Amino acid sequence: MFSNFDFDVIARSWPYLFKDGMSFTLMLTGLATGAGIVLGTILALMRLSKFVVLQKFATTYVNIIRSLPLVLVIFWFYFLLPYIGQWVLGSERPMAVGAFMSALVTFSLFEAAYFSEIMRAGIQAVPSGQFAAAQALGMRYHQVMGYIVLPQAFRAMTPLLLTQSIILFQDTSLVYVLSLTDFLGAASKVAQRDGRLVEMYIFAALVYFVISFGASMLVKRLQARIAVR
Amino acid sequence: MNYKWNWGILFEVSPEGKGTYLEMLLSGLMWTLTTAFFAWMIALLLGVTIGVLRTLPSRTGRFIGNAYVEFFRNIPLLVQLFLWYFVVPELVPEHVGDWLKQLPNAAFYNGVLGVGLFMSARVAEQVRTGIESLPVGQRMASTALGMTTAQTYRYVLMPMVFRIIFPPLTSELLNTIKNTSVALTIGLMELTARARSMQEFSFQVFEAFTVATLLYLFTNMIVTILMRRLEKSIAVPGYLGTSANVVVH
Repeated sequence: MFSNFDFDVIARSWPYLFKDGMSFTLMLTGLATGAGIVLGTILALMRLSKFVVLQKFATTYVNIIRSLPLVLVIFWFYFLLPYIGQWVLGSERPMAVGAFMSALVTFSLFEAAYFSEIMRAGIQAVPSGQFAAAQALGMRYHQVMGYIVLPQAFRAMTPLLLTQSIILFQDTSLVYVLSLTDFLGAASKVAQRDGRLVEMYIFAALVYFVISFGASMLVKRLQARIAVR
Repeated sequence: MNYKWNWGILFEVSPEGKGTYLEMLLSGLMWTLTTAFFAWMIALLLGVTIGVLRTLPSRTGRFIGNAYVEFFRNIPLLVQLFLWYFVVPELVPEHVGDWLKQLPNAAFYNGVLGVGLFMSARVAEQVRTGIESLPVGQRMASTALGMTTAQTYRYVLMPMVFRIIFPPLTSELLNTIKNTSVALTIGLMELTARARSMQEFSFQVFEAFTVATLLYLFTNMIVTILMRRLEKSIAVPGYLGTSANVVVH
């Protein structure tokens, strides 16, 4: 079964797979996680604010995004961003948006909906008495949130945020539909060029597994440490 | 924006020659739903089995169950689909492989299998959590009454578990529907794929994606409403906590 397995194809394409492919994947994962958490926190604060308009906006946004498949959203932004860019800059033609930029905006906005649910749970888990006490001390909204509520929410939710970023890491493989060269894209290009689908896809699966499994083990250990307080 | 909207495109005949563009998208929706339905059957069947396996006293059983879940959870769905579609037919004996490659609707079968197995790991996780959320006393009491392990699960634990985990299972069902879209990469002509090919044929990209989006939202809404109704009739009195965190807030 594995007798005509060509391990050399992996060795040959190693630099391409990791220097081009994996660095794209990791960069996209890292930046989108950062942007997603920031946007997600803002969405969570909007949902919990006393302004109905903000609440409605955030709720609708989160519900719509969560009802749609990521693949569809990737296509949406891929075609929509050039027009949005044109509208923002007021230029004559649709703006040329790079593939990486397009993917980054998509994943940040998409994952923000999921991160916002986590952050909302984290903010709500902080006892409301703390909010009241901080206000009684004369703190303003941004002080209460910035110094009292959000730090605790982040701390409590760190394991969930990290778990979501592992999911994000796996989801980035979907940029395949835009023919980008992320790790899977690189593997699949080599696979098709050399006619080595079996080797390349098994290897890709293995790499994703090792990284995701390893990261989730680390998250578990972190969770155990946070739990003992 | 200098994009030229043309909603009339929906009622123009598509180059596929089987009706209008709108009908093309609706047929995509049918494929999405059919694929999701069969994938969900696989996910439930295997998910419940594996979930139970992970709570059994047997160490081997627990190991197999955990390994299964970790395998399917830590590899992206897209890569899993490629494994089923491109890799498996090459690894099985040649005549089986040839038969697999020549199957009509191979993308559909692979989509069902791939999404089904991927989701089964998530269902297994819900089932395990559900079983572990029951008081240990129930298991002990069953043993004290002389029930076998099989009887304990069949008559005591599982009837409760299914009612408790119904809300999270609803969101996994919605995930199953969404995840079928990944199967467009192996050629399944489901809703997203149809929207994409409508865009390629007609260049009316935003009309195509708007209709696809609305169809997804609509499906989501119908499933949620039906499941909520069912959920109310089977909810365990006093177990309100579980239904509070249903997805689709």
